[in-house]
Amino acid sequence: MTLLDLMPFMMLAPLIGSGFVAVLPGRATPWAVTMLVCLSSAIIAAAVLAETLGGATMSYPFGNWPPPIGIEYRVDAANAFVAFLVAAMAAVTLLWAPKSVAVEIQGRHGTFYALFLLVVAGLLGITLTGDAFNVFVFLEISSLASYALIAYGQDRRALLAAFRYLIMGTVGATFFLIGIAFLYMVTGTLNMADLAERLPAMSDNNAVRAALAFIVVGMGLKLALLPLHLWLPNAYAYAPNFVTVFLAGTATKVALYVMLRFAFTVFGPDYSFVVLPLSTVLMVLALAGMFAGSWVAMFQIHLKRMLAYSSVAQVGYMVLGVSLATLTGLTAAFLHLFNHALIKTALFMAVGCVIYRTGSARLDDLRGLGRQMPWTLTAFALAGLSIIGVPTTVGFISKWYLVLASIEAGAWWLVVFLVITSLMALYYIWRVIEAAWFSPRPNGAAEMREAPLALLIPTWFVVSLNFYFGLDTRLTVGAARAAAGALLGDGGSAP
Amino acid sequence: MTLLGFFNYWVVVTLMMIGFYCVIARGNMIKKVMGLNLFQTSVFILFVSAGKVVGGSTPILRDGVEVYSNPLPHVIVLTAIVVGVAITAVGLALAVRIQEAYGTIEDDHLGDDLDDDEQG
Repeated sequence: MTLLDLMPFMMLAPLIGSGFVAVLPGRATPWAVTMLVCLSSAIIAAAVLAETLGGATMSYPFGNWPPPIGIEYRVDAANAFVAFLVAAMAAVTLLWAPKSVAVEIQGRHGTFYALFLLVVAGLLGITLTGDAFNVFVFLEISSLASYALIAYGQDRRALLAAFRYLIMGTVGATFFLIGIAFLYMVTGTLNMADLAERLPAMSDNNAVRAALAFIVVGMGLKLALLPLHLWLPNAYAYAPNFVTVFLAGTATKVALYVMLRFAFTVFGPDYSFVVLPLSTVLMVLALAGMFAGSWVAMFQIHLKRMLAYSSVAQVGYMVLGVSLATLTGLTAAFLHLFNHALIKTALFMAVGCVIYRTGSARLDDLRGLGRQMPWTLTAFALAGLSIIGVPTTVGFISKWYLVLASIEAGAWWLVVFLVITSLMALYYIWRVIEAAWFSPRPNGAAEMREAPLALLIPTWFVVSLNFYFGLDTRLTVGAARAAAGALLGDGGSAP
Repeated sequence: MTLLGFFNYWVVVTLMMIGFYCVIARGNMIKKVMGLNLFQTSVFILFVSAGKVVGGSTPILRDGVEVYSNPLPHVIVLTAIVVGVAITAVGLALAVRIQEAYGTIEDDHLGDDLDDDEQG
């Protein structure tokens, strides 16, 4: 069995596994099987990433139907990078899961983990496939499962958040479907590589313009790009902690990947960014997102909501890199896609530890907690340094490449915006540190113990990854550059 | 001719706007889900319209028929319908749970609860 034969199992393992996990009794067994499935996915993803980093493209035809007719999985460095991120984050966050899920979800956990596996399978399917309609199907698989996961939240507001996410997510996915319908009408094909070949001849067609617009808006909704971000804060705030931890690191990233794949590979950068003003639109929205997201985050008193709004701002950073439409800009976008997953996962894990002990995510209840839960809040502070962008953390590496890309594109004024939003991040992280370490514990507040090791070890593992990849950037920068190169169509051999 | 020739597409646009309006303007969650259904159905019609070949017969292989309609859009729509049913099911299930938790499914009565951090 070659790696090519194994590649589809990256997605198939969680998809098939979810059926088994759903009927497993108890709590430990479903978790163990889920872990096994996610680990195998992550291992395949790592092997595929290693294979494609050199510029190779893997193509797997389903049912042996040759590509333009059958569905193919087409993987280059860009897919492999995102798929590896999803599979690896699934395995890492699962380490953190059992303790946290045990207090939040009553009864057996089989169905919960089955839904989780469906989300993983959906996200991996979106990244791997080379067929435009297949993207829609997997998008809905992952979205439907995540609506259900969010509704598992203990607070009854989780239901409202899930319902709103369902409405907005479905509208977004349907917009995407309309875009595909237009593309199919003018070209008669759904295969992405085929579309890329046939579209340049039709660049004057209004239906093609409409298709790009529908696809960008549809994915903008899933991505939580500024005016379309309304579903995100509530969904992240009221979902079970484990769900927040996982979705924050992966779901929006995959939507960004789809947008990039269509803008760069299918339509081509000359069309998306030269014929149509996508660059300006994305840059304005990205900057607005960075500011509005950080601004609102500064005044939140609910920690998970604060981090969720910060996610809206961080999505802005990624889209800003994209809007420059250069190799360095795209590298910065991919780099931040990976790094932000590490940062946000660590932050949400630390907040999850706090909620595990105190049962509250309010800033007021955090006062004086630093001395009682030092390990948890130190982890939060260190991950906070990363989101601010202090050197030696991954956050710094992302911002450094964004600065490089801005200067290279002659838009040095963007650097000013980057510095200002970083200062805003400093403020909202500082508020938490101030409350936890420099405020006295209110009278009569219960004595809290440190979070259990089962939660602390995975949290510190992700925090240490934040510093490891902040110092040794060979793997992340190399992979991000190869991914950007693959999208720009030069096989990753760019300078 | 041209106006009527695009009849399908007029239907698509009209249905789409009615559905979208329902989703945005209606406070009742069941009506929101119904609007969502209309919105999706319009896209199905868009796909099916794209598959029609003028003078083509049903895409079944038999003697004496040379021109077929394109069957692929129908297959796509079948898949999309399944997706739509699943979304409706999840949406309605959530509406039932919301009714149990809040005693109402009118968005107007619930909106403040979601943005209120005091209980968080």
